[in-house]
Amino acid sequence: MRYKLLAAIASIMVLVAVLSVGCTTTDDSDSSATRLDTVTERGNLIAAGRTDLPGFGFLREDGSNAGFDIDLARAVAAAIFGDGSSLEVVPISAAERGPTIQGGEVDVLTRNVTWTTSRDAQWGNFTNVMFYDGQGFMVRANSGFDHATDLNGITVCVTSGTTTESNLADYFRQNGFSLDTVVFEDSASVYGAYEEGRCDAATSDKSQLAAIRSGLQNPNDHKILPETISKEPLTPAVPHGDDSWFDLVKLVMYVLVNAEELGVTQANVEASKSSDSIPVRKLLGVEGSFGQADVGLSDDFAVDVIKAVGNYGEIYDRYMGPNGESFTLPRGPNELWNNGGLIYAPPAK
Amino acid sequence: MITEQERSIFSITTSIYNWVRENLFSSPLNVLITLCVFPFAFYLFISSGDWILNKAEWDAITRNTRIFLIGQYPQSELWRIGTVAFITTNLLGISWHLKGVVFQRLSLIILVPLISVILIPPIFLDISIGLRSWFALVSMGFLLGYLLSKFQNLSTRVLLVSWSLSMIIDFILLRGIEGFGALPYVSTNEWGGLLLTFFLAIIGIMLSFPLGIFLALGRRSNLPFVKGACVIFIESIRAVPLVTLLFMTLIIVPLLLPEGWRLDRVGRAIAAITIFSGAYMAENVRGGLASVPVGQTEAAKALGLGPLLTTTLIVLPQALRNVIPAIVGQFISLFKDTSLVVIVGLLDLVGIGKAVVLGNVEYIDQQAEVYVFIAAVFWVFTFSMSYVSQIIERSLGVGDR
Repeated sequence: MRYKLLAAIASIMVLVAVLSVGCTTTDDSDSSATRLDTVTERGNLIAAGRTDLPGFGFLREDGSNAGFDIDLARAVAAAIFGDGSSLEVVPISAAERGPTIQGGEVDVLTRNVTWTTSRDAQWGNFTNVMFYDGQGFMVRANSGFDHATDLNGITVCVTSGTTTESNLADYFRQNGFSLDTVVFEDSASVYGAYEEGRCDAATSDKSQLAAIRSGLQNPNDHKILPETISKEPLTPAVPHGDDSWFDLVKLVMYVLVNAEELGVTQANVEASKSSDSIPVRKLLGVEGSFGQADVGLSDDFAVDVIKAVGNYGEIYDRYMGPNGESFTLPRGPNELWNNGGLIYAPPAK
Repeated sequence: MITEQERSIFSITTSIYNWVRENLFSSPLNVLITLCVFPFAFYLFISSGDWILNKAEWDAITRNTRIFLIGQYPQSELWRIGTVAFITTNLLGISWHLKGVVFQRLSLIILVPLISVILIPPIFLDISIGLRSWFALVSMGFLLGYLLSKFQNLSTRVLLVSWSLSMIIDFILLRGIEGFGALPYVSTNEWGGLLLTFFLAIIGIMLSFPLGIFLALGRRSNLPFVKGACVIFIESIRAVPLVTLLFMTLIIVPLLLPEGWRLDRVGRAIAAITIFSGAYMAENVRGGLASVPVGQTEAAKALGLGPLLTTTLIVLPQALRNVIPAIVGQFISLFKDTSLVVIVGLLDLVGIGKAVVLGNVEYIDQQAEVYVFIAAVFWVFTFSMSYVSQIIERSLGVGDR
């Protein structure tokens, strides 16, 4: 009797365990369906993002995902579902970026990913560059270094296993400089070592240097050198094989940029519907069309997008503007093209 | 004349004096060692105390308590976590009267930190009123269960069934049901922090234990195919590190699956942890099986028991009893191994710590504090596990035949 009972309990426990693994297996396979159909049917957009990068993808105290990259994904969710809440962010490690987008496991990859030619060929389709980053150096303000070309024979703190480390080595070899590197696992350790004075300079993408600098005790005692030694165009990517989905995500990115260019903001988007400007009326779906129906979106999807996350500049300022939530970084190359920057989108026509 | 009080003080001081003399200054060498080690230990104690109380800043933890506990579990569904915790403490209270001290000690291990967190005034511990009241409610669950057990002593059998049933209810509560309004589905992607660590560990233990037993029995089987399969499985899994298995299941599996198929990420991590731990468990159980004298099997045969009954009634109970320390050791290492999921991006306790430190510029200098906190949490739970296992061993008389 006792053993029967134990056996029954054991089998219940096994059942729960099997259930837990079995049930969590989701299967939305239907090879003939387009990704938009799959997303609509599922009821949410799945984006691969980060949870540990200031400004781009982090967790708020209430557990919600926030950041520049996250808002780009939220914009796509808002375009499809009318509001940005139907978004599921899957945190993945750097090594998983390729496989997740290659396997089509996520709908969009907005995980601080640099668009390179080989990734474009192997991983998926890269949409529109949304942030121009590049590797730079941070030094102490009183160190006497004003340019990256002065940095001969110094000790540099760097994170391991990333392109950052190889870019650094390449740059010093090219210039014939001698270099000592101190390699760390993550940016918090680089920060600690730099703060303690174990290295003369820290290197990382400039946006991250700005973040680290603002965390230092006296940010003004440190400066970021003007030179940029690598090109890091951060670009949302989608899986290969669904052109219409690729176009849809690109269209949403273009809307964010065009909205800033046309002065449409979260605050004035409703009022802008009755604007006299024809490009504004077009963008907001009041008249004409710029391809919304062709990718499967409603005519006024831009209104939902801007209501949910604002235009490009608003997203930028929310996290990295003068009163940004994470840190402050002058827009530099991320200004609009007509303001001396590189951010550009095809006209919405 | 010496009063009673003076005498007791005197006897305490002499006993301390004797203890010190016997243990610290019993020989010239011991005097030397004590004199060398004591200042160092004292310095370590003072400086770590100074760091914890004065130098360290703990707001990365106090302000993010919620995500450390439950990760990104949605705000509107918090009551489900509360209910699960309530059910658990309630059952602990009901089980208080059971023979042996396992449940009483277990309850204390859980309740003492809970209640102290509630009672520490806000100036020393800056956590929200909401969290404090949740903790209070959960502690009330224990009290309620305890009072209930005063009126009605439930039998061991009923309690075992209730514990097993509560696991199923907990799981359904936490996960929710697709398309059912009152309990909306919460994707395991949103489970995090201590909740995810527990989930990975508990499901991992529940799956790897039976898997280990089957593999161990299979390895001792006379059927060459079964034996061969088990040997190959055990040896090939034991030959690779857990990290490799995690990468395999999380990175290679999506590439092998057809386009658009999605396997739950937490489920994949559990699969990796289970097969890894199952292989080690199998070897532990095999050790236990080998320790059962052949005479036991022969006696069972002589009594007319078939092979199935011989194994389940005679061999396995003795075998498992003999290897409880090894099995609990495996459970503890499984619990700690769950922290490896952080390298594949899951937000368990360590993952949340990493996200908090790296994702927020204001906490970037609190890395040490966050990892000390996580280490303390892990210590509390692994220590409880080994403590409870010691009680069980003693009550089963392992080691003294």
